[in-house]
This record gives sequence, structure tokens and C-alpha cells, in this order.
Amino acid sequence: MEQVIVTNNLTKKFGSFTAVDNISFYVEKGEIFGFLGANGAGKTTAMRMLCGLSKPTSGSGSVAGYDISKEYEKIKKNIGYMSQKFSLYEDLTVAENIKLFAGIYGMPLKKIKEKSAHILERLALTDRKDTLVKYIPTGWKQKLAFSVAVFHEPKIVFLDEPTGGVDPEARRQFWEMIYEAADNGITIFVTTHYMDEAEYCDRISIMVQGKIAALAAPKDMKKEYNAATMDEVFRKLVAGTFNQE
Amino acid sequence: MVKVENISKAFKKMQALNDVSFHAEKGELFGIIGPDGAGKTTLFRIMTTLTIPDNGTVLINNRSIFTDYMEIRKNIGYMPGRFALYQDLTVEENLNFFASVFNTTIEENYHLVKGIYSHIAPFKNRKAGKLSGGMKQKLALSCALIHKPEVLFLDEPTTGVDPVSRKEFWDMLYDLKNIGITIIVSTPYMDEASRCDRIALIKNGVFIDVDTPENIINNFNQTLIALKADNMRQLLKDVRKCSQIKSAFAFGAEIHAVIDSDDYINDINNQLKSLNHKNIEIYRISPAIEDCYIWSR
Repeated sequence: MEQVIVTNNLTKKFGSFTAVDNISFYVEKGEIFGFLGANGAGKTTAMRMLCGLSKPTSGSGSVAGYDISKEYEKIKKNIGYMSQKFSLYEDLTVAENIKLFAGIYGMPLKKIKEKSAHILERLALTDRKDTLVKYIPTGWKQKLAFSVAVFHEPKIVFLDEPTGGVDPEARRQFWEMIYEAADNGITIFVTTHYMDEAEYCDRISIMVQGKIAALAAPKDMKKEYNAATMDEVFRKLVAGTFNQE
Repeated sequence: MVKVENISKAFKKMQALNDVSFHAEKGELFGIIGPDGAGKTTLFRIMTTLTIPDNGTVLINNRSIFTDYMEIRKNIGYMPGRFALYQDLTVEENLNFFASVFNTTIEENYHLVKGIYSHIAPFKNRKAGKLSGGMKQKLALSCALIHKPEVLFLDEPTTGVDPVSRKEFWDMLYDLKNIGITIIVSTPYMDEASRCDRIALIKNGVFIDVDTPENIINNFNQTLIALKADNMRQLLKDVRKCSQIKSAFAFGAEIHAVIDSDDYINDINNQLKSLNHKNIEIYRISPAIEDCYIWSR
């Protein structure tokens, strides 16, 4: 199987503080990889390095076949990104958002038009394509944001807490979109604080204080930690460390 | 202590709240549970006298939000969803500032915040903007408490917080409840419902239920089953094709589905077997609050 994300002793220091401490792992093509950890464990810092937004202090890595220390511009072209905090421009319409993001990735106008029509239909948003995004319900907005993040057909999509605060039903529909994208060969790298969502991943890692404390399929991890749920695994691994700075 | 009666509020064409009512007694921990956009923050802004409702009324300890809002403001603590402390003041300066605004001192009410503030006291000279997420939350709670409010309004205090820190935050709320402070708290995390004395489930501006979490679960009147097999993704697709299944969703390591009767379980099992699913398990379950929310009618 092709490995689309690989890191070797990846490390990031800010002054004397080691945010990411020698992490080594890989993600395979088409895999749904859950990247979990407590607040402040170093998830965001690691993700920024993988997206080509921050240079590692030491260690190495490659994303979509490109070196994260040197070829970060190429990485940006080959990945998609969405987060709960920032995904779409609220004061642009649905259609304008699609056009803007696709345009930034250099897609030709003709292709944007064809594909927009297709996606709007699939999301049942055709009637609302000229509606400002701020008037679209949250659950729908997240689904649209995901469609926009994979619109340019990236090899990998990074999802940073994509379902925070989303309606329980919409949250599940969102995961069904993730499944579909993975079935089409797109690799999914996702963070979440919902432990039920950890169960939907093929494999997950749990970061504790800059290190990867555990990495396995949810089933195997529950077995290893003798826990009934991922929530229990998380508590066992993270408890007692989160209160330190 | 808190009486919310028939509150409605619209913003232009958008009906944010539609005829919402509940009462919370002194010392009660009352949860308002629902996703983003359901109307939670609008309700909090009305209860804290910051937004005027179109219809209905709110009484906080028998004071009206229309006529006695200045008195209400002196006697409540409000922690908005967005971190609203002064980022360029230190931890201690923030707490001092909030105490002085309410004509009190840290010393006078330190016993109230001690349990929470002691966690961040070692960093009292650090600027608030430089604190980690969990620490900011503790400072905000300390600042909302320092004037000894009758009622504490916490709007999504645990959003974006990891499961371990969330649990710790709820433990702190228990301590406050135990000294008689009334707490109204909102959350999008359905699993936090069980930590409340009573809850309101809010969906599109409407309360779909107000009761104790136990009663909401006991009153669930549909037949709920859990399903498992080796290939969960394919299982969800196939389960949805079964005519006996009314609706189905992934629920962690299980699929939860509503059916009309227990009698169908065998049938469903056979259908899934014929589709080559391995290690099929199907069993009756009682709902979690999240099930009640999804399948509420």
C-alpha cells in the first residue's frame, strides 16, 4: 500500500518548549486516520508541519510524496483543508465560495462550472446557490465546506475538528461523506473531540505531551487498554497529564 | 430562581427562539443541550439582560429582565461562549478587575473560587492571552464567580475542550452547585446531559423536551437496536436497505436503528447474513440522550 504521509522523528520546538517530540508514523492511501490528543498536546503544531505551514526543527516527513521541509508549496497544492473555525466565507454565496476556492487551486473555469453544478445537486443546494453562506444551517455548511475542501481532488484532506458543535444527525451525515471520499481513494487526516467518531477511523493516534502515546486501529487499542470504548482509552492515556503546562 | 416563560425571538426572517419555557430552582444544575444554531446563545443573552425578547418574560430571583435589569446584572455571573477576558492583563489582574467592577475584593470571596483558581494561581503573573485552553476556561469561571452571583450562566464552557478536561470542568460545577449556586449551562455535547439535574433539549429554537435526563431516556417510546458486524461501513449501507429499519445511524462502534418491533430482529439478522456479513450482533438497547435527540418527534 502506498504511504501518503510519512514522518520520521518529526520535532518542533518553540524556544525551550518541545511542542512535537520525535513523532514517527505513516498514513496509507485511502485511509481514515484519526489524530487525537488533549488540548495543548501538540496536534495543531504537528498538523501545521504536515500542511507545509510550519518548518520542523528536526526530523523529516513527506506528504503526498513531497518533502515537508523543502517542497511545502507543492504540498499545499495537493492537499485540502477544513476546520470548524475556518472553512467558508460567510459573506460570499454558496456558489462564490466554491468558485473562489477552486480558483485559488488553479482549476479552469469550465471545470469549476461543471463540477459546481454536480456538487450543488448532490448537496441539495442548487436552489440556494445564491444564498450567503451565513444563512445556511451549520450542518449543511460543514458538508459544503468538506465538498469545497476536496473540490480540487487533493490526495489528502486535513480536517481539524470538522464536526464541533454540529447537530447529531448532520455530524453522522458528515462522516458518511468522509467514508465516500475515502472509498474514492482520498486520504483523510482528521482531529476530533468526539470519541464516538474515533471509532469511525481506520486507525488512530493519541498524542500526549508532544509524543504519540498510542497508535492502532480502534478495536486493537480498546483491547490493549482493556477498555469498552475509545472514551475510556483516551481517559486512561491522557488523565493526569493535562493539568501541567 | 430562574423563570423563563414563553420566550420568542426572531432576527429578521429567522426565528431564533420559539415559545421557550423552563424553571430552574435554587441550587439546580440545569443544562440546555443542542447544536450550534439551535438558539442557545440567544436564550443566554436574553436571560442575562443583553437582548430583549419579542415575546415572553424572564424572572431571575423574582426580578424582571425588563424593569430590574440593573439589579439582575449585579447578581448574576455570565461566561459567554467566546473567551471574553482581557488578554493583555495577567491572570491576577483580570480577577482583580472583575472583583472591583462588582465592588468586592478577591479576599472577600476567595473561598468561592479557591478550588478553581488554585489550579491557575501558579501562573497568576502570566497574561491571560498566553494561557492554554483549559486554563483560560478556569480563569473565566473564576472571574464570573468572584462577586458571589446567585445564578451562573455558562454558555458552552466545554466546546472544543478535550474529554478529560471536560470531565474536570463538570466536577468543578458540582462543587459550585453544592454550595447553593444555581447554574444554567449550555453544551453541544450530548454526553454531558447526564451531569445535569434537569435538561432542555433545544432544536431549531424549540425545546423538544424539558425533564431529568433519566425521565427523557425512560420516556423514549420507540424500539431501539444496536447492530455490529466486521465491516461496519458496508453494514450501515445494508441496514438502511432493510425494510424493517425505519432509520439508522452510526453510533461509535455500533449502528443504532429504530424498528417497529423486536420481532423483526431475526429477519434483519437473516438478511444481513445473506449479504455475507460476518460476526453479526443485534441487540435491544436503551437510548442515550443523543438517541433521544435524533429520534425525537
